[in-house]
Amino acid sequence: MPSAPAAPPASTAEPGFGRLAADYVSQVLAVAGAEAQKLRHDPMEIGTRAIQPVLWLLLFGQVMARVRGLASGDMNYMDFLAAGILAQSVLFVAIFYGISAIWERDLGVLHRYLVSPAPRSALVIGKGISASLRGLFQAVFVYLLALVIGVHTDFAPLAVLGVLLFIALGSMLFSTLSLIIACIVKTRERFMGIGQVLTMPIFFASNAIYPLAMMPAWLKAVSSVNPLTYEVDGLRALMIQGGTSVYGLPLDLAVLAGVFAVLVMIAARMYPRMAV
Amino acid sequence: MAPDDRADTSIAAPGGAGEDEAVGTFDLTKRFGDLVAVDRATLSIARGEIFGLIGPNGAGKSTLIKMLTTLLPPSSGRATVAGYDVLSQPAKVRRHIGYVPQLLSADGSLTGRENLLLSARLYGIPRGERVQRIARALEAMGIADAADHLVQHYSGGMIRRLEIAQSMLHRPTVLFMDEPTVGLDPVARQTVWQHVRQLRKILNTTMIVTTHYMEEVDELCDRIALIARGRIVALGTPSELKARLGAGATLDDVFARLAGTDSEIEQGYRDAQRTRRAAREHG
Repeated sequence: MPSAPAAPPASTAEPGFGRLAADYVSQVLAVAGAEAQKLRHDPMEIGTRAIQPVLWLLLFGQVMARVRGLASGDMNYMDFLAAGILAQSVLFVAIFYGISAIWERDLGVLHRYLVSPAPRSALVIGKGISASLRGLFQAVFVYLLALVIGVHTDFAPLAVLGVLLFIALGSMLFSTLSLIIACIVKTRERFMGIGQVLTMPIFFASNAIYPLAMMPAWLKAVSSVNPLTYEVDGLRALMIQGGTSVYGLPLDLAVLAGVFAVLVMIAARMYPRMAV
Repeated sequence: MAPDDRADTSIAAPGGAGEDEAVGTFDLTKRFGDLVAVDRATLSIARGEIFGLIGPNGAGKSTLIKMLTTLLPPSSGRATVAGYDVLSQPAKVRRHIGYVPQLLSADGSLTGRENLLLSARLYGIPRGERVQRIARALEAMGIADAADHLVQHYSGGMIRRLEIAQSMLHRPTVLFMDEPTVGLDPVARQTVWQHVRQLRKILNTTMIVTTHYMEEVDELCDRIALIARGRIVALGTPSELKARLGAGATLDDVFARLAGTDSEIEQGYRDAQRTRRAAREHG
């Protein structure tokens, strides 16, 4: 740091659009990169999250597979359920991500982010990508488990890439929602309460563990405005051999990306208020 | 630097304006509900100054710093930092300041080097310069040996020095430090100040510091503002303020005299509680 004599702050000229865009991406990646480094220092943390999908697939799934009528079309129920549980385990990790934001506020780390020149939306997207890193590890667990219990998983490279994309988008979406909730409730205790209340309706009012076709009309209506439904719909088509999408992959992607964009705009406005 | 602001020289305190000014506030006020946390603060801090903000807990020091670092929008009044307006040009202000908050802001689950890398990237320091600047910062702050250890294993003094390194990496015009030595043992405090002085000498950074240690203020600060119940009640060099009370007075005497008698300090405590509660509720 020394050696440079009283250097005035670098060029005060307005940087061009290219430079701004490059800075923006770099700032997003800075936030996500820090998260990746943390995961490298504490890989155990990821492992502890692998337990929940195991329970769902092995306990819940094995029994429910015997219920007639649950499987849709020619898909057997374990195949049907695998994609739903993948989405669910990603959701559960993402929806509690806001806790770490509150934690960072309590520590003071948040202030460091907020006094930096990084645009607030870059910080929020960076946090979203951080959450999606964790989501991607969940995918690895669920895939391994799916293999073990004989789910007909599609390993075609394009299909796997598609799954990763849907998981990343889903994680980013629900972790940003979580961040917004954190900005509102502000304490970890309140967050725990809200998080529990929130995950269940998102999970059950979706097509994760039973098909839309089985739902009463009102629940179907609720499910069709639930982003998780579109995530599961996409995952089911991509992850499972012969899987099909009800809405079509382009619509699934568009809904997830659109909702994420709206949430980022809201979160970018609310995030700075957390520091107060 | 900011031509649109230059026209309005009334921002600065009487007498001091222009390019030599690092921080200027005019009637800067922050209210939380009906509590006035900072009450019409008017200040002018010159470039290169080490400026101390002292006062009882809850007097409004941290609130003032939060407004100057753009973390908290003022209720009324104006402030410019490094020539930019905190309300209308917050992004530009952020680019030119460093901030060491009262809370520990380095991330304990990263190493020192990783913390610095995060800062370097957030501040857009070009890739080619990052490694070298980080190495120099670690060296300058005397934490090079611990660079690759997790910060959660650092001592309090080392964390502070790391945070100062993080805040100085982009060579800010103004460095804000909110109680940088609170909770440190005397040796660690000495080391922190030694490094801070060194930085000022080399980079001529303006530094704005809050602290409760009067001997630090006496030794380190060019000028100080004493804040009580949201108001600036005294402003000047340490010796000026001491001279006001007569020969042999210490800054502790100045503090006790101007910040309030014991019963009023009690009041200050209640204010602090109210400020915090109000801040939380309105945040």
